[in-house]
Amino acid sequence: MTHGLTDRTHRTWLLLVLLTVAAFGISDHTEWARYAGVATIAIAYLKGRWVVLDFMALRHAPPLWRSLVEAWLLGVSVALAGVYLSGITPGVAA
Amino acid sequence: MTMTELVAGRPVHPSEGVLPGDRDVWLFIMAELMMFGAFFIAYVVYRQAEIDVFDAGQDTLNRSLGVLNTLFLITSSWAVVRAVEAGRAARSAEVVSRLTLALLLAAGFVVVKYFEYSAKFAAGIDLTTNTFYGFYFALTMIHLAHVLGGSVILFVVRHNAQRGAYHPQAMKGLETGASYWHMVDLLWIFLFALLYLLR
Repeated sequence: MTHGLTDRTHRTWLLLVLLTVAAFGISDHTEWARYAGVATIAIAYLKGRWVVLDFMALRHAPPLWRSLVEAWLLGVSVALAGVYLSGITPGVAA
Repeated sequence: MTMTELVAGRPVHPSEGVLPGDRDVWLFIMAELMMFGAFFIAYVVYRQAEIDVFDAGQDTLNRSLGVLNTLFLITSSWAVVRAVEAGRAARSAEVVSRLTLALLLAAGFVVVKYFEYSAKFAAGIDLTTNTFYGFYFALTMIHLAHVLGGSVILFVVRHNAQRGAYHPQAMKGLETGASYWHMVDLLWIFLFALLYLLR
């Protein structure tokens, strides 16, 4: 009965490990500059989503709770990428 | 519906439609996520103003240790999921052994952080050195406090598991501790990306 769940847990763990190594590799390529930065944030989003759905087990949780945490994850990731690409700086008078 | 899914070889998830753990703790987890979310965005905003300072500071971090600590927390989270699965399957001994593994990996994280901080302090670098290190120490120390707090929770849950407190009809305590621990993992995934990798 629980084999399906266990398989998914193992798969998620393996994906998280592979994405961690991939993010480490990508960040070395400074010549890709901004693409590498956005990819780093995108990989953090993907890893976070797998943790939320499979480790926190929100995949099967009530839709409200799943939506709240997924909205946080997407909102923060989009904000980080947006700030990173737009070059917004703190509004401190020089 | 249930029969159909079973016939189709798709077992219904044991927590289908149910929030794993205590709802009040989930409200607390949401509050923590909001707080750290604001920290993450502030970090990137401040980074834009002093990109050279942030990049130079980042170059002094040991990225291999950052990767190692990420693997520790991901694997620790995985062990906690396996503990919950064991609890749902009424395998008490496995709940304890998997929580022990999770705690050992958490200890590994703390030891690595100790060596990272020691190296920085020995080089005369601290919270006040510049904006990058201010963020680095403040964010990782607040997170480390969560790792330590989460470890205490896992330790208590493990102690309860040894006394046979968890079984398929009584999973709330174990699920609550697990949810908090996964939050600690989730926050580190972003801290690692921002502090160690983002250029």
